[in-house]
Amino acid sequence: MARGRDYGAIMTDSAPTAGGTIGASPAETCKPWHRHDLTAADWAATARDAAAQSRVLLAHWADASRVYALFLDIDANAAVPISTAVEGGAYPALSPLLPAAALYERMIADLFGYRADGAIDPRPWLDHGTWPGAFPMAPRASPPRPDFDRFDPGEQDRHMVLSIGPVAGLIEEAAHLRLTLDGPAILGAEAVLGFTHKGTLGLMRGKSPRNAARFAARLSADSTVAHSIAFAAAAEAALDAAAPPRAQRLRVIMLETERIAVHLDNLAEIGRLAAARSVSTLCGRLRETLLRASQSAFGHRLMMDCVVPGGVGADIADGGAGALLRACADIAAGLTEIRRLHDGTALASRLGGLGVASGTVLAASGAGGVAGRAGGRAFDVRPAFMPAFSQMPPAVTIAAAGDAAARQAVRIGEIGESLRLIGGALDALPAGPVALPLPQTSGEAIACAESSRGDIWHWLRIDHGQIAAAFPRDPGWALWPLAESVLKTAMAEDAGMIRTSFALPASGMDL
Amino acid sequence: MSTPPTEPEEAADTEMIASLSARLEAAAQARLGRSLAIRHVNTGSCNGCELELRALSNVFYDLERFGLRFVESPRQADVLLVTGPLTRNLKAALEQAWDATPDPKWVIAVGDCAVDGGVFKGSYAVLGGTGLSVPVDLTISGCPPQPNRILSGLRALLEANAA
Repeated sequence: MARGRDYGAIMTDSAPTAGGTIGASPAETCKPWHRHDLTAADWAATARDAAAQSRVLLAHWADASRVYALFLDIDANAAVPISTAVEGGAYPALSPLLPAAALYERMIADLFGYRADGAIDPRPWLDHGTWPGAFPMAPRASPPRPDFDRFDPGEQDRHMVLSIGPVAGLIEEAAHLRLTLDGPAILGAEAVLGFTHKGTLGLMRGKSPRNAARFAARLSADSTVAHSIAFAAAAEAALDAAAPPRAQRLRVIMLETERIAVHLDNLAEIGRLAAARSVSTLCGRLRETLLRASQSAFGHRLMMDCVVPGGVGADIADGGAGALLRACADIAAGLTEIRRLHDGTALASRLGGLGVASGTVLAASGAGGVAGRAGGRAFDVRPAFMPAFSQMPPAVTIAAAGDAAARQAVRIGEIGESLRLIGGALDALPAGPVALPLPQTSGEAIACAESSRGDIWHWLRIDHGQIAAAFPRDPGWALWPLAESVLKTAMAEDAGMIRTSFALPASGMDL
Repeated sequence: MSTPPTEPEEAADTEMIASLSARLEAAAQARLGRSLAIRHVNTGSCNGCELELRALSNVFYDLERFGLRFVESPRQADVLLVTGPLTRNLKAALEQAWDATPDPKWVIAVGDCAVDGGVFKGSYAVLGGTGLSVPVDLTISGCPPQPNRILSGLRALLEANAA
């Protein structure tokens, strides 16, 4: 599918000198880990090792002089950041060994103009040929690129092609899905995103973490708390600060409240698509009850901008804890009925065996969250990587089948566990301040949060209190390629249900 | 066979017909003509406004009781409900949806981003509000606007339409 497209010698003047790092691979501090700055040869060798040891590629990004990659070392329970200098506008591609890197390479090429040598897919991703200039994150302006042919023009003659979006469905995020059909069976599926690209990385740059937090909060509204926590934790780590204990606990409450609300929304949507009216009515009602409780506890239904670097925006309101506990009690009471309805024939027969993601396909995608855990991949960053959960570790819900029914079972299980966590956190809310000012210093850090869709990672480099470079990794980067491969064995009429079952996002990875 | 004893046909009172149809038309306009089909167009939203739009269908707001409903195609729509800052990558999609919507049509910009670009104003990838591309009839601010605000905006349009 990768058709050659040569970007030519772009940006040769932007590549820095190697700085004598060749062979030495010095460790830079990237709190709480060390980032190894590698030569091009060692960078490529690391990718080979990672592929051989089935390390998971969590993220891949760039700044004005380097490209970075973040791996998950499951055995050591550690995240491993590496980087290499961009020389002559190019760097060795990771995608031939790690296909999960392909979308990131296309994003880096579009925003910075760096060529990934040997990449399996050199086509543009975010750049649809409409921006005023190419490579908007590069130090020097370039003329805009023309639009391009995304698809093989001959394909339309050989097969029926079903194009969905970016304006499609009733109320959905803007993404384009192109299905190649043989009768009712899907032969090929390819997603095109980037429609909602808002230039978030450019908007964050040069701002203080406090001011940039509103962009982190608007990457993906149904993960606004998760993105805000990962961003705030990265800023705090970079500046050697810590949010006060009361703020840490309030963040746990918000994160778990968001998880329940998003899962209920997904249960309601799947219920609507499966014509299970009782499920969508019940889950829609419970979700609204919870959003109203969030409004009275934190002043915003979605808790947008409620988490800030240094703590939380405001303390929980008087009566807020009571409102949240009443909503949680309602949901706990409804959960039995939700379980019963999902065990019933209507939903179980519609969702069973649908959109199976498991085994090597799932592992290679690096997808965590509901999609990962429903297919037996027990990865959740809360117990291992989020210190706020160390005193109250969540029980991780896992299923094996990897189908749409398993994903709903995991969602329902997680609602129950989040209810327990909220109750425990409200019970033992430490006294004290809810925010501290951040120092105007410099540093680099990576932090994460477990959103309803999976692990979110934020990398930040702060220079004298201002953001020099940032990258947020939304779960969508792993979910879309996974969904594409799952759709290739599905029927066309199930495409909408499978898309909703994976809760595929757009805005968060469109940046 | 005998003829049934029905009375012979008499011409209806034309004055009565005119008066009845005038009354029916007035009542129907007020009682039945209050329906709007809404096509949602996302021009770059973070999905926050979509979450609140979906909430409009829950039992608390139940927008269908007012004759308001979301439809799948702009060709069936009376109203384009636009969310998100107008990204350069979605400008063409919005304009195609507007062209495909039959007259008379209305455009509602929902949320701070659709009103004027919101926090994304000034980005290379964002043009600004919906109004830069298609004429806007009603704006509903908020980030995101609460469902009751969206609902009262839609009902205002309904009343104006019926009046």
